[in-house]
Amino acid sequence: MKTKELASFADAVRDIPDGASIAFAGFGPVGVPYNLLNALAEQGAKNLTCVANTTGGAGQPRMPDIGRLVEQGQVRKVICSFTAATRASDQLPFTKYYESGEVEAELVPQGTLAERLRAAGAGIPAFYTPAAVGTELAEGRETRSFGGRDYLLEHALPVDYAFLRAWRADAFGNLLFRRSQRNFNPVMAMAARITIVEVEEDILPIGGIDPDEVHTAGIFVHRLVRIPPAPAGIWQPGPREVRR
Amino acid sequence: MSGTKGLSRQQIADRLAFEFQDGWIVNLGVGMPTLCSNTDIGDTQIIYHSENGVIGYGPLAEPGKEDPHLVNAGGQNVTLRPGAAIVHHADSFAIIRSGKIDVTVLGAYEVACNGDFANWKMAGAKGGGIGGAMDLAACAKRVFVIMEHTTRSGGPRLIARCNIPVTARGVVTRVATNLGLFEPLGEAFLMHEIAPGITVEEVRAQTGAEVRVPDRLPTFRLAR
Repeated sequence: MKTKELASFADAVRDIPDGASIAFAGFGPVGVPYNLLNALAEQGAKNLTCVANTTGGAGQPRMPDIGRLVEQGQVRKVICSFTAATRASDQLPFTKYYESGEVEAELVPQGTLAERLRAAGAGIPAFYTPAAVGTELAEGRETRSFGGRDYLLEHALPVDYAFLRAWRADAFGNLLFRRSQRNFNPVMAMAARITIVEVEEDILPIGGIDPDEVHTAGIFVHRLVRIPPAPAGIWQPGPREVRR
Repeated sequence: MSGTKGLSRQQIADRLAFEFQDGWIVNLGVGMPTLCSNTDIGDTQIIYHSENGVIGYGPLAEPGKEDPHLVNAGGQNVTLRPGAAIVHHADSFAIIRSGKIDVTVLGAYEVACNGDFANWKMAGAKGGGIGGAMDLAACAKRVFVIMEHTTRSGGPRLIARCNIPVTARGVVTRVATNLGLFEPLGEAFLMHEIAPGITVEEVRAQTGAEVRVPDRLPTFRLAR
């Protein structure tokens, strides 16, 4: 079997065309493919549709995230569960571009976002969910009652590319995530035509991960790049401040 | 601690944590709710679930001992308890949607006495932050809300009907604020407990709906 490991992040994102749809994994700072995001910002593809839980953080120092792609004029639309920060006093870099109409957004409940990706990876075109019933998000949408309860129709969300971050990988692309790093990574890998992964540890020879321990099978993975040590590689921001 | 009168953020969280029953699976949302996992509730066994797929976490990590791969819904570094498990996001919300969460504790901008609440979009805003709140509010067995009793400008957050777009309708059964512990009854809030040093008149003055008070009104239960 041929290795899927590439030498650089630039190589991994070189062919991404204008207009591509890309899913970016991560929850909080964990499992976010910062190095691939950075390479995409340098590559410069435009008119992108970005799928992610958030559009990037409000924290300092700024990380390469969707907010940065937006600032560089690379993004047409985002599909996410946050277009504004949860704390009203925080200002996301993304928000002003959305409010001015420069970028479109589709705001989706987080579980619906995960399930739309899962459905795309599972050959299911649509499903019904109780989330968002009775809210502004359900206005004008198809709802249906099952067993006396109302559900909202949601469609699968296939994407052209998924950008992931994993802890371990073997050269075939079998992936293992650590702790809450797993988050959206497995479902995004399954929803994408081409899945690109940045890997935190040295990429193992094929078979280097026990089959019982694989979280995402290598058949869903197409390209791997090992993250170099800092400062060449981008790791993640430090612990978040806790308000008591 | 906020500038408002009454209890600290941790004390409010502690009070809701005392409502948790042995064996419950408890989901904690972003902000004040995450403080509930710090509360010492003695021998009561609680399984804390975080929307990002962490099942069985414990208190926040001590400074210097954070695991950079492990965060709760608020992005804060937490610790794992024995028996913890990790699942991916779709499985985490499968747990939520299938009704396995005994209670979700969420923050809010407004709670109405008919059980509606709003926590994703500010008045007049184009964007918002839903996160997992709509899935949780629609599917958890119970929804508790933890919040400051008033806005920064002193306006009421406990009101007769929500003014801003709701997250879910008719689902809230407990509200803990810096002034007391409340239950939405439909046309009024029932005050179960009052914060130390606060009068019923002060609570009524800062609430935008009728507040009913039982004959004997206990003081807010605090951590030992």
